[in-house]
Amino acid sequence: MPFVLSADRQREMTAILARYPNRQAACIPVLHLCQDQEGYVSEDAIIFVAEKLAMSPAQVKGIVTFYTLFNTEPVGKHQVWVCRTLSCALRGAQDIIAHCEKKLGVHVGQTTRDGKVTLRTAECLASCGTAPMMQVDKRYYENLTQAEVDRILDRILLDA
Amino acid sequence: MLKAVKILTKMYDVPEGWTLRAYERAGGYQAARKAFGMTQAALVEEMKKANVRGRGGAGFPAGVKWGFMKPDPVKPAYLVVNADEGEPGTFKDRTLMEKDPHRCVEGSIIASYAIGAHVCYIYVRDELHLSKDRLWGAIREAKDKGYIGARPFGNDYAVDVFVHTGAGAYICGEETALLESLEGKRGEPRLKPPFPAQRGVFGCPTTVNNLETIAAVPTVVEMGGEAFSKLSSLHHLNDGGTRLFGVSGHVKKPGIFEACVGLTLRELIYDLGGGISSGELLGVIPGGSSCPVLLPSERVHAPDEKSVLHPWHGQSVLDVPLGVDTFRNLGTMLGTCCAIVFSDKTCPVAVMQNLMAFYRHESCGQCTPCREGTGWIDRIVTKLLQGTASLAEVDQIHDIGSGIMGNTICAFGEGAAMPALGLVRKFRRHFEDHANKKPCPAGGRLQA
Ligand SMILES: Cc1cc2nc3c(=O)[nH]c(=O)nc-3n(C[C@H](O)[C@H](O)[C@H](O)COP(=O)(O)O)c2cc1C
Ligand code: SF4
Ligand code: FES
Repeated sequence: MPFVLSADRQREMTAILARYPNRQAACIPVLHLCQDQEGYVSEDAIIFVAEKLAMSPAQVKGIVTFYTLFNTEPVGKHQVWVCRTLSCALRGAQDIIAHCEKKLGVHVGQTTRDGKVTLRTAECLASCGTAPMMQVDKRYYENLTQAEVDRILDRILLDA
Repeated sequence: MLKAVKILTKMYDVPEGWTLRAYERAGGYQAARKAFGMTQAALVEEMKKANVRGRGGAGFPAGVKWGFMKPDPVKPAYLVVNADEGEPGTFKDRTLMEKDPHRCVEGSIIASYAIGAHVCYIYVRDELHLSKDRLWGAIREAKDKGYIGARPFGNDYAVDVFVHTGAGAYICGEETALLESLEGKRGEPRLKPPFPAQRGVFGCPTTVNNLETIAAVPTVVEMGGEAFSKLSSLHHLNDGGTRLFGVSGHVKKPGIFEACVGLTLRELIYDLGGGISSGELLGVIPGGSSCPVLLPSERVHAPDEKSVLHPWHGQSVLDVPLGVDTFRNLGTMLGTCCAIVFSDKTCPVAVMQNLMAFYRHESCGQCTPCREGTGWIDRIVTKLLQGTASLAEVDQIHDIGSGIMGNTICAFGEGAAMPALGLVRKFRRHFEDHANKKPCPAGGRLQA
């Protein structure tokens, strides 16, 4: 089935396009809209974006694969990103990562079998003063302890 | 010298300080009104007198950069504000966007006018959702009041401000990669020249400024450039004003603190940061991960009276004021002014491995020395931690690092090689011990 944006995202795309002197400049924001809708950027979404922005699908694909945050395959319902970079590592990020792996029963980069959570490590998320930290979907959780991680993960694992 | 002030951070403790109401109650948007009563040339002149050294890491004088913008008969000009905040250890711009977005917007309006731009894009890394929401909220409020739009404050000079987002790539903080990304392309840095002021975004003259640089603008207009510059104890080195200092890692009170330029690392670590949380200070990376490490045992050697560092000759490097030129002369960099501190319970080889994994992951891959070199160093340090690398391979790090320096399109290469060279030189004994398979006192760990 060809990809289409929902009506409200379609309106959002129109607003985005009005901000730039050409269409291609809207590429990254529009790809975010597609990913918000589907959880990842599918081949069909790439063709959709290419058509809307007068680009070639290959160009769009080159962009999708360049940026870390675009998923090229389906991922879990919730995204857990634990920062692994120096300031967080100095304050126990490794233990937080190991704890998440154990609790979720997956390795970094994998999705839980029920499709609920994808666990990944992130590079510095500009939260170094409140390390260790992780991002769950659009929210930051800072000054983490293992107990705090348990509470956060329990909540999203319960979420149907 | 520790001179704490509340200028950039004025709104940080104000309840709902991010709203227009709170901002205007504290005198907000008066500077923009004043600015529109000045000529563009006068604003550039004030910015030059203010000696605001770019807060994004390179320390270029902001007023001088503005002066590079020449009106083009056909092409429009653009202001691009860099809020990509990706340098490991750096978390200052985020506090401005979250706690005082109107200051960022007001600075953007004034700077747009000063450089002759009618459109400003604030490029925020995608992960900072709260920052983006606060900026958009401030833009909406300012627009509703008519401060942004066709006639800001009733003046015949249209200004639009938009937030643009990235999608997770450290390299997009590099200004030309950022411009590519803003054009909807892969974030691959461009060869310079041409510089952004000649050919920036959409082929048009563009100024790229860090968000904190822009946040200083309303105060420069309000106080006057010279008064702003003189807040600093490095005014004589053309390094003026007040800025945000950050400290993270093994300190008791990590955080962002505002102080006048001239603060020392000792004050940042011990007075503001509360001292080392566990063990003794082993090393400090002064301004984001791309700056070579300093050791507390290092002393300033500057017998020459003409040297910038001469006043601190013989003193500890921890007592040198944090300035663009002072730190360059120390053989490191001021960078973003956000220091990463580690104690003697940490293995410096593990510090290096953590950073090299970062650079390896984030290299855009255009230049062979950077793409291959970062991976190669990462592999060697990883082997060192596993006890399977030889002394010859430790020496190889010097060759690989030197091979990157000066041979790449953008400064990412140096930003990866310099800290690697600094660590392997200054912690030579630790690296040798790992190569010789001696037990590591820190157990190869980072956490104190
Ligand atoms: C690899 C690399 C990453 C950078 N990341 C950032 C960043 O995240 N934020 C920023 O403001 N400047 C960053 N810079 C510096 C910019 O290229 C540019 O110098 C700066 O935005 C100019 O603004 P300023 O003069 O106000 O500091 C980076 C530079 C390099 C080489
Ligand atoms: S130095 Fe590295 S990051 Fe910069 S352009 Fe070359 S490969 Fe890309
Ligand atoms: S190192 Fe983890 S947020 Fe910066």
